[in-house]
Amino acid sequence: MFPVLWVVLTSFRGEKGSYVSTFFPKTYTLDNYAKLFTDTTLLNFPQMFMNTLIIAIFSCLLSSFFVLSASFCLSRLRFRLRKPYMNMAMILGLFPGFMSMVAVYFILKAVGLTEGNNVRIALILCYSGGAALGFQIIKGFFDTMPKELDEAALLDGCTRWQIFTKITLPLSKPIIIYQILTSFTAPWVDFIFAKVICRANADQYTVAIGLWRMLEKEYIDNWYTSFAAGAVLISIPIAILFLKLQKYYVNGMAGAVKG
Amino acid sequence: MNAITAAKMRRTLEFESPYTCIAALKEGSIETRVSAVLMGFGNIVHKQLVKGLLFLAAEVAYIVFMVMYGFHNIYMLGSLGTVERQEVWNEELQVFEYTQGDQSILLLLYGLATILLTAVMFWVWRGTLKSAYKAERLDKAGKHVNSFTEDLKALLDENLYRLLMTPPMIFIGALTILPLIFMICMAFTNYSKIDNHLVLFDWVGLDNFAALFDSGSILGSTFWRVLAWTLVWAFFATFTNYIAGMILAIVINRHETKIKGFWRFCFVLPCAVPMFVSLLIMRTMLQPDGAVNVLLRELGVIAEGASLPFFTDPTWARVTVILINIWVGVPYTLLQLTGVLQNIPTELYEAAKVDGANSIQTFFRITLPYMLYVTTPYLIATFTGNVNNFNVIYLLSGGDPVTDLASTAGSTDLLVTWLYKLTIDKQYYNVGAVVGILTFIILAVGALLTYRNSKSYREEGGI
Repeated sequence: MFPVLWVVLTSFRGEKGSYVSTFFPKTYTLDNYAKLFTDTTLLNFPQMFMNTLIIAIFSCLLSSFFVLSASFCLSRLRFRLRKPYMNMAMILGLFPGFMSMVAVYFILKAVGLTEGNNVRIALILCYSGGAALGFQIIKGFFDTMPKELDEAALLDGCTRWQIFTKITLPLSKPIIIYQILTSFTAPWVDFIFAKVICRANADQYTVAIGLWRMLEKEYIDNWYTSFAAGAVLISIPIAILFLKLQKYYVNGMAGAVKG
Repeated sequence: MNAITAAKMRRTLEFESPYTCIAALKEGSIETRVSAVLMGFGNIVHKQLVKGLLFLAAEVAYIVFMVMYGFHNIYMLGSLGTVERQEVWNEELQVFEYTQGDQSILLLLYGLATILLTAVMFWVWRGTLKSAYKAERLDKAGKHVNSFTEDLKALLDENLYRLLMTPPMIFIGALTILPLIFMICMAFTNYSKIDNHLVLFDWVGLDNFAALFDSGSILGSTFWRVLAWTLVWAFFATFTNYIAGMILAIVINRHETKIKGFWRFCFVLPCAVPMFVSLLIMRTMLQPDGAVNVLLRELGVIAEGASLPFFTDPTWARVTVILINIWVGVPYTLLQLTGVLQNIPTELYEAAKVDGANSIQTFFRITLPYMLYVTTPYLIATFTGNVNNFNVIYLLSGGDPVTDLASTAGSTDLLVTWLYKLTIDKQYYNVGAVVGILTFIILAVGALLTYRNSKSYREEGGI
């Protein structure tokens, strides 16, 4: 609790700089928030915000589609590559995630996605590309739904596509919301991938890199309090989502652990 | 046991189709066998014109690609390029111009992509044979042969998995599998800033592995040190979180605890803040002149001007990262374990109470064994997650303090953060790749051994 309180206090602090001699600020101000949105010469926060928003929306749509369809197939349909696929997902999960990151960068560069506005496409692909490997939680949820529903629908002449769209998806609203929100928040809090892909393209930075840069030596004196303000700003929506969703999180985990 | 074997038998039978590739080559008619060379021929003859043409188009496209680029790409894999970039004096413009030399990294990438494409093509080729054979058999038996529209409709029904799994698989192939193979290949090259091999590099076999295992060299001794710390870290990080999270979950879920919601809210709030934000905050707070030291000075715990060496002393730094990891990780564990705890049958506790067991006995005799039993897969996942826990270390200490200036890793560097430093900062790509492969091997061996023995593997037979 204590660091959370401290960062909120810092975001309203009047004095500049990162090193202070008192715990509570001497003066309170809203300038830090104003600076974030008005002072765009060095670090363009509004631009970063828009970048992240665009990336988040698209990668969320794409990866939710991937995860939902993969989980549905693995949970409801039986096909020859089902077991090999699940084992492959487990093995791939053991590799250090960003061991391949440099390679991903080279691949995207070879296709020409690391310059200018294409960086956004590159980041969207990165965030959603491997999504279908993280099917465990949603598959666990689908597994708990009675199979009889599907069988009854098949007897009534439904196609499997209709079962997916008309029965399974409407019944799994909570887990879909959970998935959409987790994939939506990922680009806001990821920092390593964005840093490797963006490199020097400052106008393509996401919020996470921006905040990180504010703590670098050349910026920290002027930007420290604004960093706190930015941190508070992006934490609030995520915190609200998280608190609303913790129920599904618990259920999802319980389902996944039960297998 | 019998039921399981029966189920297995049924499952294999379900997928067994008489239209296999080998049968097509052995028993198929002339049209079917011609399909092996001229893809789609069998389908065209047997009333599946569109499907056959699609197969044919795929073959033509593949051959054109291979002739134009593919064979060259694969050929270049052997040498990875030899032409150096040259400076040429241009008389007309009076400047030096650079001729385009070979770039090994691109050659390697193109070569691998071509091989991957060939693998996909082989799979399509098998598909053609099977499909041609099926069409032939059905046609000869006078049965109905699916038209193209019917095939498309089947994609929405009994073949739905093909429709739904293909796009994710393409992405996984291009963005997860190809890069991994790429990195694994790098481990066998001399692609590194050492000796200036950043543009042109060659295959060097197992030299990099030998260098890393040679404990006499700087690289080798660093490797063993980092490996030892990684295992210590993963062990402590996993179990401190697990135990602390479980105790908290039990305390909060007791019947006697009042305002459960409030307590849960308090503990969950820190993890609602994005992790990288809270870690960065912690880092600034623990600096020599950060908030924690300032507070301690004000309270008179430490002398004026003195500071506790949170990230400057190796031992302090190690303990600090483990402690902060508890703070960051316990809320998640709390949430995850709450669900499992609620699944423990209450009869067990009631029986224990009747027998006069106190709460410590119930914890060690009922709760802990049950939890360990159910959550083994979860524990393995957390352990591997901690071995690969880049965020906490990189954002908190950045691997500092560096005690040995000659080595490339600091005292709190894990294998993954070291890997990051090696590749991104130092550009020793080959050594980085070797470290990555070794991390994987350690994790894979550990995880597979435990998975095989765990209850959930035996029941599910997979994950």
